[in-house]
Amino acid sequence: MSLRSPLSRVLNHGAAHDGVSHWWIQRVSAVALAPLCLWLTASLLLLPTRNHAVVAHWIGLGLHPVLLVLMTLLATWHAWLGLQVVIEDYVPQSGPRIALQLLSTFTNALLATTGVYAVLRIALHGVA
Amino acid sequence: MAERPLSPHVTVYKWAYTMTLSILHRISGIALFGALIVMIVWLMAVARGPLSYAEAMSTLASAPFKCLIAIALLALCYHFFNGLRHLAWDIGLGFERAQARRSAVIVVIVTLLAFAICIYYLARSGVGAA
Repeated sequence: MSLRSPLSRVLNHGAAHDGVSHWWIQRVSAVALAPLCLWLTASLLLLPTRNHAVVAHWIGLGLHPVLLVLMTLLATWHAWLGLQVVIEDYVPQSGPRIALQLLSTFTNALLATTGVYAVLRIALHGVA
Repeated sequence: MAERPLSPHVTVYKWAYTMTLSILHRISGIALFGALIVMIVWLMAVARGPLSYAEAMSTLASAPFKCLIAIALLALCYHFFNGLRHLAWDIGLGFERAQARRSAVIVVIVTLLAFAICIYYLARSGVGAA
């Protein structure tokens, strides 16, 4: 029998109220990523050759850099949310759990910025 | 803390093959995170110019990386089709046990077909055609 009040026992142990948006963003990013993945995979596999000139030209073509930047951001966001859930489910010790969450967060942030930078650098090559 | 609900209770259920698909969705998701890292490094190599690109492509053409690319494509096909299955559940479709089992079989078949098509096109022009 605890002497703590029911209120003090539940304070700071409840929902943080961001679960619903987490769920939605994971689904919305999935819906957006499905056609983008289909497009990118088919395009890369159907390139006649994969030398530098052909690949760089394809990346810079028309709206391709826009879609690739969008895809980079969506994929890293989706990966971040997915990895977060997996880590929460399988790593019960708070130390390793926080370390892995930080690693996932920083890696995804780095991937997102590097991906966007690379796409822009290829697309703007010769322009800037 | 000890009395709080725990998740997931993986050991208390009788095994059903739909559970294998469920865990494979997570495993393929983690594999795709690895593929995403390779993709971004590859993009960066394209951005740095033909020399870096040739170096990256010769690495990717090595036997272990060819295996990893094949695994990544398999993970992509699976995560894509099983993801569509999850999205169908999210809008309330296919929850019945018979439906879920049937859609599981469909996902596996379609994944293997799509994977075969990917490998065919990948092999046609070669991974490391630099």
